[in-house]
Amino acid sequence: MPINSSGVSCPAPIQSRAHVQLAHGGGGRLTNQLIEQVFIPAFANAALDVRHDGARLELGGVKVAFSTDSYVVRPLFFPGGDIGTLAVNGTVNDLAMCGGRARFLSVGFVIEEGLPSETLGRVVASMQAAATSAGVVIATGDTKVVDRGKGDGLYVNTAGIGLIEHDAVIAPASVRPGDSVILSGDVGRHGMAVMAVREGLQFETTIESDCAPLVDSVFGLLDADVDVHCLRDLTRGGLATAAVEIAEAAAVHIRLNEAAIPVREDVRGACEILGFDPLYVANEGRFLAFVPADSVDKAIETLRRFPVSAGAAVVGTVTDAPARLVTLKSLIGATRVVDMLSGEQLPRIC
Amino acid sequence: MRFIDEYRDAAAAERYARAIRRITTRSWTLMEVCGGQTHAIVKFGVDALLPPEVTLVHGPGCPVCVTPLELIEKAIEIASTPGVIFCSFGDMLRVPGRTKDLLTIKSEGGDVRIVYSPLDAVAIARDNPSRQVVFFAVGFETTAPANAMAVFQAARTGVTNFSMLVSHVLVPPALEAILSSPSSRVQGFLAAGHVCTIMGYTEYEPIAAKYHVPIVVTGFEPLDILQGVYMCVKQLEDGRAEVENQYARAVRRDGNVPAQQLVREVFRIVPRKWRGVGEIPQSGFALAAPYEQFDAEIRFGIAALGVDEPTECCSGQIMQGLMKPHECPAFGTRCTPDHPLGATMVSSEGACAAYFRYRRLELAPQNGVTSRAH
Repeated sequence: MPINSSGVSCPAPIQSRAHVQLAHGGGGRLTNQLIEQVFIPAFANAALDVRHDGARLELGGVKVAFSTDSYVVRPLFFPGGDIGTLAVNGTVNDLAMCGGRARFLSVGFVIEEGLPSETLGRVVASMQAAATSAGVVIATGDTKVVDRGKGDGLYVNTAGIGLIEHDAVIAPASVRPGDSVILSGDVGRHGMAVMAVREGLQFETTIESDCAPLVDSVFGLLDADVDVHCLRDLTRGGLATAAVEIAEAAAVHIRLNEAAIPVREDVRGACEILGFDPLYVANEGRFLAFVPADSVDKAIETLRRFPVSAGAAVVGTVTDAPARLVTLKSLIGATRVVDMLSGEQLPRIC
Repeated sequence: MRFIDEYRDAAAAERYARAIRRITTRSWTLMEVCGGQTHAIVKFGVDALLPPEVTLVHGPGCPVCVTPLELIEKAIEIASTPGVIFCSFGDMLRVPGRTKDLLTIKSEGGDVRIVYSPLDAVAIARDNPSRQVVFFAVGFETTAPANAMAVFQAARTGVTNFSMLVSHVLVPPALEAILSSPSSRVQGFLAAGHVCTIMGYTEYEPIAAKYHVPIVVTGFEPLDILQGVYMCVKQLEDGRAEVENQYARAVRRDGNVPAQQLVREVFRIVPRKWRGVGEIPQSGFALAAPYEQFDAEIRFGIAALGVDEPTECCSGQIMQGLMKPHECPAFGTRCTPDHPLGATMVSSEGACAAYFRYRRLELAPQNGVTSRAH
């Protein structure tokens, strides 16, 4: 029976989005659109234009890094961490990515009516433990309680301020063709750990989040006089999104080698089942470092001294063209483009 | 990782590529049926290893892509109904209807939930007895047994607030439709391995004989696909037209018989519309008479809802192998994953999505695809 193609057909595009969707917070292309089309025009200033994990500022002749992040993870507790460790490490790490050593944090709690006090107590205790471990002081805070049903138990915001005690400008604009791309360890653990608990998925092993402070590794590099051009932690959107953001902001080409990117076997298995690409899965204790080729050996050797970056490896190189693009040499040797996702990855049908 | 790494081995892939080059003496056009295979081909660059004489065109085997606009509109209608919990696999939420997708309904306050199994939807219905819970049953033969099981369980345990919006389609009638089209270029098929895991491959044997076309049941890893191409080209070069099984580690000739029995118990075969293609006789499933009380179209009184499909998108030609995604004038310009004209641009198995995601390097200059700095 021949096909009648005369009515070939698809619908009109959905051009305007009258409401914010979850995908706008997914860290992908839609998040970037929100930033470009709403926030940057409204707040336009030189500090924002750097487009990095935090702002690099001068206060009375002192260089500081300043950053903020909100945490809305569900469930609040997951293997390898909880919302409290995330909230401290996340902001400490964002400051580290600017080359800033975190000194003081603020914390804001938005608590849903009915949250067990014991839960709040556990979160606060793990925040203090994480702060001690990262060498940072929680210096100020705020508390709000919202009606039952208006929040997911607990939301936490942290902001942080850190000192920049060196002259390197660690930012996308410093990335140069010829740089090597170093990944600090295996990817995909945090996202899959949270997803497994949230969705009740059971695998043979328990996947633990990689949530950890990156301060020691980052300042290990700087103290070893490695000429660090840029750092980027691989949170929402994962390795792929971070690489695309850097390639676009620095107007360079980044070429990744899939075979060199470590992914733990349990994470790979979980991703295969759900149809996820581990390159897009969130991490909370991993970063990319862009360093000149002649600093690679020293950088790798330095990073491997710290447990959080013991698996550091060179995963790619920077070239000049085609600019603003990331490509990946696949396991079977072909080259493909690595793009930013529109929103979050969704589990597939079959 | 076992069962993955050995099928992504670069040296073995190159050996297969050499073997394909050695046996190829003329041009052949093969169609991989399943969207999962399309993505593996484009993601790993399998086609880059093939000789220029061998062309792969992309088939209709993406369940999200072929779900007709009418069913998306019905889903949106039901999901917008106050009190309804609408459950779906994640893939379907971004598929554009006329003016909205299911994610938009969710952002407007609809209770739209992603589930990982249709049985999860039955459990949600059991836990929410005062609300109507609807599962969007989309897919080929692969997902039919689990969907049948959900209805079967709901019936057996008296979960009366559960129903299903069924949009099930079948592979063999689509292959026949493609082969009987006068403009068809397809000379051999890589059949969808997972579909055959359920159904076996006996129903492909009369098609291979009638149209004198080789059909190779093929898996989803790069080496599976290369071996499938090798077997298909070998048949064509030898002048044979048989059904062969590359995916022997998962597929038996008779398939999964208990699963087929369950599917026959719960579903009946009906004509189905395929998005971008049109109606194909006897090409899908609807709930069988004893289970009609679980049919969401009847329960919500929307069976008669009809939608005319506008003619903007070329996905129909693409899914019949008549066109490649980047040959569409809207590709990468008026049609992107953020603003799709059709489902093939948003589905994780859609051919256009695969080209946009992995092939922008080659395709960007002529199509002016731009990306925005953060």
